[in-house]
Parts: sequence; C-alpha cells; structure tokens
Amino acid sequence: MPASLQHEALMLAQPVSDDPRGFSLRQSLLLAAPAVLCLLAFFVVPLSTLVEQSLTSPRLGLQNYVRALGSDLYLLILWRTIRLAAIVTVLALLLGYPVALTMSRVSGRVAGLLAICVLIPLWTAVLVRAYAWIVILQRQGLVNEALLGLGVIREPLRMLYTEGAVILATTHVLLPFMILSIFSVLRTIPPDLDRAAANLGASAFATFRHVTLPLSLPGIYSGVLMVFILALGFYITPALLGGPETLLMATLIGQQTTETLDWGLAGALSVTLLVITLLLVGLFGRVLRLEGKG
Amino acid sequence: MSAVLSRKTFRPRLATLMTMLVVVFLLLPTIIVIPVSFGSEKYLQFPPKDWSLVWYRAFFADREWMEATRLSVIVAGLATLLATLLALPLTLVFARGKLPASGAIKALVLAPMILPHIVTAVGLYITFARWGLTGTVFGFVVAMAVLALPFLFLTLSAAVSKLDPALDMAAASLGASRFATFRLVTFPLLLPAILAGMAFAFITALDEAVVSNFLSSSISKTLMKKMFEDIDFDVSPIIAAVSTLIILATFVLVGVAQLVRTIQTRRMGKV
Repeated sequence: MPASLQHEALMLAQPVSDDPRGFSLRQSLLLAAPAVLCLLAFFVVPLSTLVEQSLTSPRLGLQNYVRALGSDLYLLILWRTIRLAAIVTVLALLLGYPVALTMSRVSGRVAGLLAICVLIPLWTAVLVRAYAWIVILQRQGLVNEALLGLGVIREPLRMLYTEGAVILATTHVLLPFMILSIFSVLRTIPPDLDRAAANLGASAFATFRHVTLPLSLPGIYSGVLMVFILALGFYITPALLGGPETLLMATLIGQQTTETLDWGLAGALSVTLLVITLLLVGLFGRVLRLEGKG
Repeated sequence: MSAVLSRKTFRPRLATLMTMLVVVFLLLPTIIVIPVSFGSEKYLQFPPKDWSLVWYRAFFADREWMEATRLSVIVAGLATLLATLLALPLTLVFARGKLPASGAIKALVLAPMILPHIVTAVGLYITFARWGLTGTVFGFVVAMAVLALPFLFLTLSAAVSKLDPALDMAAASLGASRFATFRLVTFPLLLPAILAGMAFAFITALDEAVVSNFLSSSISKTLMKKMFEDIDFDVSPIIAAVSTLIILATFVLVGVAQLVRTIQTRRMGKV
C-alpha cells in the first residue's frame, strides 16, 4: 500500500538494532552492498549528471540558473506550479477529511469497503485515469452529453486542456494519499474522548473542533506535505490533460529535455524543483518527526 | 439527553454525504473505461449504442501494441525480481546488522520514492543516452528496480519487525547456522510478505509512466509509452480496451496478494 508506506517514509528513521545475534560489520556491508551500488550507479549518477549538465552545458558557469530563475516566463511557470500544487492540496484536504472521518467512525466491514474504494483509484494506472478523464470531459464526453441532454447548456463546454481539468485529475490521483494519511491518525483516537466531550455538554461541532480536529493534526500535516510534494513534480496528468497555458515545471523540464534538447536548462530547472522538494521535506519532515515524538 | 444524541448524529451525517460523493468521484474514472471498451463506434460514446469486442480484437491483432505489452511484462517482471533480491538483504541488515551511516543509506534507499519522478526520469534519460542504454531491456529494468526498491524495502521492513526474535534464538540454540536459520525459519515466515510486496512492485513497475516515457525509443516502447502516444495523438477506443485489461490484471494480482496475506495471518493465528 504505497500511501501508508510513503507516509512512513516521510516519518523516517528507526534506530538500527544492536541485536547480539545480528550480522557482523563485514556481513552487513556485504549484504547491503548490491543495493547501495545499484542506487549509486542508476540513481545518484543520473542526478549528478543533471547537476553537471546544469553547470557545464554549453560552457562552465551559472548561466543556466540565471536563465531559469531570471526569466519572467520560467518564474511564471514556477509560480503556476506552486499555486496549482497548493490548490490541489487544499481540495484534497477538504474532500479527503470527511472520508477519513467516516472511515474511522463506521463498523469494520463498512470501513473495509470504504478503504477498497479509496485504494481502487490508487491501483488504476495514472495513464488509464488520464484517458478516463478525456472520455468524461471531452466535447462529446459524458459531462457535455449530460448537460446538453438536460438542456442546461446549448453548446458543449470546453473543459479538456484547461487548468481546471489538470486540477481535477491531479486531485483525483493524490486524494487517496491524503485520506489514508489522515485516517491512519484518526483511527488511533479513542472514541471515548468524543463521548466524554458530549457528556460534558459539548455540541457535536464543538467536540469536532476542540477534540477530534486537534488530535488529527499530525495526519493532516503529513498528508498535506505528501500531496503538495507529489503535486509539484506531476508530469503525466498535466502533459495529457493540460494545454499550452498550463505548462508546469515538470512538463517544461520534459519539453527542454526531449524537444528543445537544452539539457543545461533542463538540469537547472530540475535542480530547482529538487531543492524546493528537499527543503520542504527537510523543514516540515523534521517538524512532523518532532510532533510524532511529542 | 435526546438533544445531545441528535446533535451527535448531525455531523457524521454531513460527513457521510460528503463521503458518498467523494467515493463516486474516486471510482468514476476506473469504472467509466470498462463500458467504453465494449462499444463499437470509432469515436467515444458513453454509454455505447451496441456492444462488441472490436477494440479487443484490434488490440490483440496490432503488432505494436503486442510488442509494447510483451516488453512491459518482461521489464516489470525482471525489475521486481531484481528489486526484491536487492531489498531483502538490505532489510535484514537494517533489522539485525551493524551498518555505518545507516541513516544516510536509508535516506538514499527512500529517495527515489520522495523525489519527483520527472527529475529521476530526465537524469536517467541523459545518462542512458551517453551509455547507450536508452530503449534497452537492461536500462528499463534497472530504472524500474530503483523506483521499486523503496516500496519493497518498507514492506519487507514492516514484515521483519513483526517477526518474533525468539524463533531465531531457538533455531540458533538448536545448533542452526545463520544461513540455515534464514533458510528454514526467517525466509518461510517472510515469504507471504515477500510475495505480496512483489505483486505490488510488479503493478507499480507496469503502471509507471514517467521514466518509461523518457527511456523508450522509437523502436522499443513500453505499454505506458505506447498508451501515452496514442492518447496524445488520437484517442482510439483501443486504449479503453487496453485500460480494461490492465485494470483486470491489476485486480487479479492485488486479489492474489491479499489472499496470500490472509492465509498467512490465519496460519500465524493457529501457531
């Protein structure tokens, strides 16, 4: 279940046990070596190559970073990417919280059924879902046909290749991560607390605001962080459902790599995206870990 | 008292309504492609006027689709195998070994999951172009294995942490060597988790689209690259048929993985 795993990954770090029956240092190094070497060759080297390209192509210097961060167009795309990621994150939170809340309040069987409904989209390939949104949103698509049939509109609406389509589809992809992240915290809150608040005369809303919501904050934080980071780097959905006016960081990087063949600029843009992501994980990941311990 | 009760039920009812709407939103795209794939019109129609299997026949008759499918299944299979062989010893070392800089190594293992796939994809694209690995099975396999590694590592770590260390101790006290303990005790207990993790890794590798998109060449395309191109150029209902088949395959695999887990839990319960 990728979502809960990702959640765990953001929480990070478990101490290495010093079990006396464990492997010796030499055995440990031998056993870990293949994975580490593979990651160095096929992950660290490619990322270093990107950094190298950004600094040396076509010649040594920072000109690619000056171009990436000094151009109004690229800054606009960066701003648009951050804005879109923020909108998607807020939407996912607003849509996801009630689902997580319901999942934590219903009987085991219903909760299991709901969990399956949340996991089904996660297990459906992103490309399959992008295609499905085209079927739903296109000129003769499901939504237009329905609205025309009901007489709500006369002309089919143009929904595909707009920012709205990208936001809708991206929210759909990331929503399960938000739901599972919040649910993992909500289910640990004892139901007695609700009853206690009600007995003390708190209204259902007051109970939610003063008891449930504050206790679920760690789940909200990690869900928000995860969805925001994933949305920043989204490629497939904006590439297929967006138009020229919805060019985002990821699609711009892709374009510079395969169409313009400007690997220096692609490298500088990638490093920018990478640094933003790492800063977010570093800053807020740390906050989350402290919260978790406290 | 009754006022308290009625107020208590007010909020969940609102949340329940929201939940039902969100569930429809979540399921709609997965469900919609299935009826579309059984239509017969050239352009998309929902619901289809009459039912047929033309698009399935077209898919199985198309050489390019078949080759892309074959490549993707081979790549996902080999990448899963490679990632498992790399993740299993690593997991055991983290649980029972001494590793210098283990924090840094853990961050390295998890990084491919957290960093944007587009950055990894572009880095691999540029590097593999130099090494001549673009469009090769080897190139696809190592790239997908790197992406699958963090998921397998976390799944297996969770399973290892649930093992009872007393079992190892018992085997050791009965004179079993480390290797014999692993082969006869640890491995059989971990097997269901390994198989479930492999099923999920296979699905992830099969569905991965970003790295796949950049590493494909004009003659060697994965299924996702072929789909991406076809969606971009002409939205044929063949894609609906392919999608339905992918959904079906995924659910069979997930079902098997869950079944394996359930059987294991029951067996553990009996012990």
